[in-house]
Amino acid sequence: MFLAFYLGRAIDLSIFFPGFLAMALFFTASSVGPLITPWEKQAGTYERLLSFPVTISTIIMGDMAAGAIFGLVISSVVLIAGIIFLELIISNLILLILAMFLGTLCFASFGVLLAAPSSRAPSNVMMLSSLIRFPLIFVSGIFIPLEKLQGAGRILSYISPLTYLVDLFHTALSGNSIMHVSLNCLVLIAFTAFFLFLAGLFHKRNIAKGM
Amino acid sequence: MLPNNGPVIQASNLTKYYGKILAVDHMDFAVKKAEVFGFLGPNGAGKTTTIRMLTGILKPDHGSVTIAGIDFARKQLRAKMLMGVIPETGNVYADLTAEQNLHLAGKYYGLPKNDLVIRSNEILSQFGIEDRADHLVRTFSKGLKQRINIGCAIIHDPSILFLDEPTEGLDVLSRRLIIETIHRMNENGTTVFLTTHNIEEANRLCQRIAIINKGKIVAIDRPEVLRSTFDKTRSIEVAFDRRTDKELLYCDSILKIDLHGDKWRLYTNDPDTTVKHVAALAEKHDLKIIALTICGPSLEDAFIRLTGGK
Repeated sequence: MFLAFYLGRAIDLSIFFPGFLAMALFFTASSVGPLITPWEKQAGTYERLLSFPVTISTIIMGDMAAGAIFGLVISSVVLIAGIIFLELIISNLILLILAMFLGTLCFASFGVLLAAPSSRAPSNVMMLSSLIRFPLIFVSGIFIPLEKLQGAGRILSYISPLTYLVDLFHTALSGNSIMHVSLNCLVLIAFTAFFLFLAGLFHKRNIAKGM
Repeated sequence: MLPNNGPVIQASNLTKYYGKILAVDHMDFAVKKAEVFGFLGPNGAGKTTTIRMLTGILKPDHGSVTIAGIDFARKQLRAKMLMGVIPETGNVYADLTAEQNLHLAGKYYGLPKNDLVIRSNEILSQFGIEDRADHLVRTFSKGLKQRINIGCAIIHDPSILFLDEPTEGLDVLSRRLIIETIHRMNENGTTVFLTTHNIEEANRLCQRIAIINKGKIVAIDRPEVLRSTFDKTRSIEVAFDRRTDKELLYCDSILKIDLHGDKWRLYTNDPDTTVKHVAALAEKHDLKIIALTICGPSLEDAFIRLTGGK
């Protein structure tokens, strides 16, 4: 999808790579969480897991950790490939690592929230997940830079957590950003906490569904 | 460690709704230490919902659960450390080996590594699967999977064991092994709470039974008491060495006579008089008694009456 937008257009790669990296991180980190609970319910291991001395919050944190690790590994591969093949220059390595860390936590918790409807069929959850995740990438400054977004698009971009990660990556890779670094970090942390809170709430409410 | 006095499991006003459907209706009961307590009921009676609330898998809408004096709502993890649970739909991880599943379960209960190895070896040997310890569970039969499932629940040697339909759909060997395990653990002081719709199993295993229907306990007592409370009629099965006339067998104490195979079944409220009558009859007509059994009313009869069956 990224190449479809990028190829054949005279666009500076340094403008697009932060968005590409954010997109890779977003999709990978949020892809594990929605699947774990339906898989476990389908396999019959979820009730066994709940019978052990663990809380729902611990299970959610475990699911989130799985998504975060997966997202971190895959997006690191994308970043390393970018450095090697595209000769990317990183202007702030520490910020880049921090952004990847915050981004994976945020989107892994988002993935866990997407599993909250608690279907037994992973395909049902993936359908919902795609329905929510795809629109986000169009309003988060990945394909259309944030400064070029107007009106409703601009407003929508501010309610997408992906926007803040894209902006953080812009700062870390090219030094350009729309928003302040600390604001971006705080918003990602706030979204993570919000997603975890909702995930806990809905998972507890839907615990018996599909068991 | 369980308290010596007072109930080990106490459910008070336990209630659960699924939407507008009342699945468990203000249930109260208590289970004593080292007791095997059965929850017997037809499908959909609320057995699994109740056991899920007792084991912390579901939160009750009303009421409370106390495990060994610990309020489940407040100290769930502490209560869970005391119990082993074999859920109805619970399964083990198919992509792990038998041993890995047991080790994983042991880690949840915080067993030290040495204890974990010793306990898992004990369980594998006890369940006759030590030679398949390193095989993936996905290659196991249903009976073998259920043995590992039970192994995961008892790896920490729990004081209370919850089993939800533990022998459902198993072969005779696996069923016997599981029943033996329950007996052995109970003899060593483990309190056992099990749900079943298998009357024979409840009768064989349980010291007390609660019969549950439509989310309510309709009777709770020892199996023998339940049987005799709801039906006073007994029957005497007798087989003679040669065929006799039905009319010959009748006396005042006999209510009804049926032929079952080569045996006569004599229904009576006075088994003592009836047995004496049969013995006298045999002597008078030179009949040899090959078999004679006094049968009480069955638990099945009580169950059907209580649950509104025909």
